[in-house]
Order: sequence, then structure tokens, then C-alpha cells
Amino acid sequence: MAGNKRENNLKGWLYLLPALLFLGAFMVYPLIDVFIYSFEEGYNSASQTFMGVGLYNYSRVLHDPYFLQALKNTFILVIITVPLSTLIALLLSLGLNSITALKKFFQTVYFLPYVTNTLAVGLVFMILFKKTAYTDGLANLVLGWFGKGPVDFIDGPYWAKMFVLCFYTIWVVMPFKVLILTSALASVNPDYYNAAKVDGTSSFRIFRKITLPMISPMIFYLVITGFIGAFKAYSDAVALFGTNLNAAGMNTIVGYVYDKLYGDGGGYPSYASAAAIILFAVVFTITMINLSISKKNVHY
Amino acid sequence: MKVVLQNLTKQFPSRDKKSSDVVIAVSNFTFEIPDGKLIGLLGPSGCGKSTALNLISGLIAPTSGRIFFGDDDVTDLPPENRGVGLVFQSYALYPHLTVRQNIMFPLENLKGAERPSKAEMERRVLEAARLVQIDNLLDRKPGQMSGGQQQRVAIARAVVKMPKVLLLDEPLSNLDARLRLQTREEIRRIQRDTGITTVFVTHDQEEAMSISDMIVVMKKGVVQQIGKPQDVYDDPINLFVSKFLGTPPINVFGGVVKGGRLFIGDESVLDVPGASDGEVWASIRPEGFIPDASGPLTCKLRGVEVMGRDISVVCAHDKCEAPQIRAIISAENAIDEGSPTVRFSLKPRKVHLFDRATEARIRFDTGEKGAARHGR
Repeated sequence: MAGNKRENNLKGWLYLLPALLFLGAFMVYPLIDVFIYSFEEGYNSASQTFMGVGLYNYSRVLHDPYFLQALKNTFILVIITVPLSTLIALLLSLGLNSITALKKFFQTVYFLPYVTNTLAVGLVFMILFKKTAYTDGLANLVLGWFGKGPVDFIDGPYWAKMFVLCFYTIWVVMPFKVLILTSALASVNPDYYNAAKVDGTSSFRIFRKITLPMISPMIFYLVITGFIGAFKAYSDAVALFGTNLNAAGMNTIVGYVYDKLYGDGGGYPSYASAAAIILFAVVFTITMINLSISKKNVHY
Repeated sequence: MKVVLQNLTKQFPSRDKKSSDVVIAVSNFTFEIPDGKLIGLLGPSGCGKSTALNLISGLIAPTSGRIFFGDDDVTDLPPENRGVGLVFQSYALYPHLTVRQNIMFPLENLKGAERPSKAEMERRVLEAARLVQIDNLLDRKPGQMSGGQQQRVAIARAVVKMPKVLLLDEPLSNLDARLRLQTREEIRRIQRDTGITTVFVTHDQEEAMSISDMIVVMKKGVVQQIGKPQDVYDDPINLFVSKFLGTPPINVFGGVVKGGRLFIGDESVLDVPGASDGEVWASIRPEGFIPDASGPLTCKLRGVEVMGRDISVVCAHDKCEAPQIRAIISAENAIDEGSPTVRFSLKPRKVHLFDRATEARIRFDTGEKGAARHGR
């Protein structure tokens, strides 16, 4: 019996081996390496040499104004887009769930950004926001009707650029969230609603007391993955503001890491590693806080 | 509160959008449920019994016909204004709320003057919980309870707001056999204690027969027969009802009536004065067979199952619709298991004749009118 169990264990590990090998080589090993680099002063990847060990890299990164700008940008992006996109997705899903006519059509419409080419999206946002020699962009046209503007959303003031970045991020993450929430709403047993209806429950109370608790696991899933995703934002900023994000003042932490490796001011893997570890610490802390909140509030 | 259904009809559009056919789930339903009685809606699956229940609850609007609670026409009232309590087949207990919160839920929906004080709510929740004997489980969540306990919570939640009518949709179908027996007695007791007019839906004839004051047998949306369980069992109106009620099921033979005598095969098995000549279905209840060495009905003996008080004789006959005939006889009778055949005579009251084509009941003089019922 005991021998049999050991044999089973061996078999189990054997089945896991291919995945473990690849994960180890391409995930775990680089992670450990990054952690080590972050403590090695002036590490040079060509000569594999470094000058000393210590917290110098962290101190340098934390005193770098570009990093602090990137940190600020990322935090603003996270704090605005995660709650807002989840809330809007919830409203859209509730709407989608309650209509019958054209339901399929709208579901497709809301899913389109998910399958649309990034370049095409960039073009659309340019038409919306970019100021050129010929036009101020669609957004400024609308602002003009109210006697406001024109505002340069791409090269103009910080708040305008941040608005565009948040707008873009929310728009991009919407399809996935709507997809998850509509299926979560559809999977609530209709008997609960019928039972509530027979008992004369108002629709607001049905939403608050039944719908919301029932889909709360999915909402928390979206919030947690939303936080992680927004902390990792980079490509969206590049799509909108070009590759020199430091000049535009719109860099993100991941953008900073990239710049320190390959950008114009690049070639500093130690600084990049330290910044990456700081990002990891931030994301880890936020996720832990999220999980502890969800344990108290997600019901089953 | 008595409930009256008048010519109630519900049609659903066909699944196939191209065809204009409609599915008639409930057809021209007319009957009255007396105040404070327990009614069983009975039929095979797909016969429209759940639709009928949902029409009474108001979750579905009828295509035509009226529904009255007492003298009030409630046809156009939404469910929340009808004052019904509904117990779902799945119980539909809110999994994130405790038992106490679940039972209190309907009370918290009340507004204005109707809304009881917090203390009053607590009192009524406790009262309802005591009624179904779960007052020691109030702080559990539904997931931490057995099926039978969840069932009781569902009933408590339905009765806590003191509904005029209590509706139960297949209330016992998720319980195991033993719990089912216990819970159906329980439902009976709760209904008697509260005196609430109760309608429950089931496909299990034994369940319906055992606790209902009245049963309504349905087939394909049409009411077949309404009456006290025993009356419907003893006096079925057509072949469907006779076959649907009773365990073991009734034995149906192809027979012929000639000159006031019933023939099964070549044997004249029973005098049926008053029945006109023609081909018939002859249904014989399992308890309608009397073992009789010189009896007219000869069957091939397959086996004997001893059940203590009774014996179940399993046999076969060419004219029987089913491959097996089951006769229940008293254990005092000795059956020779080695014999290839067994012979029976029949109890006239346990034999029902139906027209071969229309399957409607053909009555004959059993010769024991007014005599005490026997044989059961």
C-alpha cells in the first residue's frame, strides 16, 4: 500500500516535470536573478561583474525624479481606472442582462475592443484627441460646443494627458470585465429572483441583497486582476504618447524599468531590477490587502 | 382562503421561431380549492403542473381565464400583491444569508404600516422556525445544512409572512426516500397547524395520495380527474388515471365484452352486466386478484416475492399490455412456486373497463353497490 502511494507520487511529479522545467527556466530563475541584481551595485551583464552589494540601487531609484513621476502616474492610473472600469462594467452588464432585443448585438459591440488591432485603436484615439495642423480632434470639437477648449490632450497639460490615458485604459479593459460579469449575472439561479419577487422585494433590494452578493466573487476577481493589470501598464501609454514617455511626463513603473534596460538612458540592469522589485512589493501588498478584504466580504 | 381557477389557459410560443404553433401548457383549467385544504397537483413530467402553480403564484400571467383568491380577482395582480408563499423545488435559499436572515427576508420587504417592528420580526421568525423545528439552527448558512433541513427553512420562509395560499413545487424531490416519508408527514402537520390553503405539485402519486385532501390528476395540460385520493384511485375516469395511480401499477389487459361478460383471450373472466359489447381495456388492480384453483384467469407463473404481510405474485399473460403482471395477495394464501401456471378469479370492484379507442371508463354493475369497500 505504502509502496503504491510512493509510486503514484513519483508518477505525479513525472507528469508535472515538463511544466516545472519550463516554469523554472523562464519564470523562477529570472525572478531570482532579478532579485539578486537589485542588490548588486553597477552590475554589467556583458562582463558579468559588479562593484559591491547593498541597497544603493534602491536608494538611487527612489531618488530618481523620473521614477517618482512614474510611480505617481501609475498610482493615479490604478486608483482611477480600477474602480471606475469595474463600476461601468457592472452597469453595462446589468443593462445587457435586462434587455432581450438586440442583446447579441450589444454584446458583440462591447466585446469589439478585445479583438481590435492596437494600431487601429491608436488611430481612433488620434482622431478623437490628437491636435494636428488641420483639426483639433473630435473631443475638442465637442468641447467647443460648450464654449470650452481647445485642449491639447496628447502634448498638452498633465491632467489632459492623464485623462486620455485613463479613458483609454478603461476602454481597453472593459470587454473582458463585461464578459466576466454578464456570465456571472447569467449564472445566478433565476429561482432566487422568483423567490424574491413572490416575497415582494424591491428591485434595488434584489440587487443589493441578492445579485451583488451572488456575483461578489467575480467582482473581487476583477478588482484584483484589475489592480495587477493597471500596475503593469506600459504599452497603452506608449500607444498614446510615443516611446519617450519621460519627456511626456507620462511614464509608468514598467516603462521606467524598460527605459533603464533598453531606453535612451538605458544599460542599467541593477536600477531596472530594483524598480521591478519595488513594483512587485507594491503589487504584492495591494493584492494581500485585497484578499483580506474579500475574505471578509465575499460570501461563498 | 379558497382559490378558484376559471377556464385558466396558458400557451407558450413554440421553441421553433418559424412555426406559429403554440405549446399549450395548461388548458382550460377550472376548479375550486376549498379553504384550508391541501391539494396535490399530480401528473407526469411536462403535464403543466408547475405552470399551473406558477399561474397561481403570479410568476406567469395566463393567456386567458381568471384566478380568484376568495372573492378577489387576482389575475392581474403581480406576485408580491397576491400574498402567496412559494417553496421552490431547489428551495432557492439565499446561500450568503443565515437561516434567520433567510426567514426574515420577506418581512424586511414590507413597507410602511405593514412593516413589523424589529422585535416583532424576531418573534415571527422564531415562531416560523419552531413550526418547522429548526429553531436551533437559526445561525447556520444553508450550505451547512442537510437537504431536509433546507427544505424546512424554505417552508418557514414561505409561511413567515402568513400567506393566504402556500404553494410547493415538487417539495420532496431532492430528498432521499426515508426523509421524503418523514417530510411529507411534516408538511401535512404544518398545513394543519397553520390552516393555510396549500397547493403542492408532484409527479409521485404515492406522495400526493398520502397527504392530500384532494388530488388533481393532469395530463398534457388538461385536468383528467379531481377528487379525494381514495375516490380517484377506486373510481378512475379514464385509462390514464387508472394507470397513473397505484403502486405496483395497475395491470392492463386487452379484452372483449360480449353479452355482459368480459373475455380476456378465450376465457370469460368476469360478469360485467351493463357494459355494452366491444373491445375494451380491462385494468385490474394488483389487489384485485384472488388465487383460485378453479378461477377463470390463467397466467404463467414467473415467481413469488414474499413481503411479509403480503405476497407479490409475478406472472404473465399474452393479452396483458405489460410483460409482467403483479398480483398482491395475502400471505395466508399458499402459492405453489413449482407450478407453471396460476389461476385467479377477480374482484369486480378492482376491475375497471375502458373503451379501446377513447380510453374512457365503461361502467358496469359490480353487484356490490352500497356494500362496504373491501380488498384494500
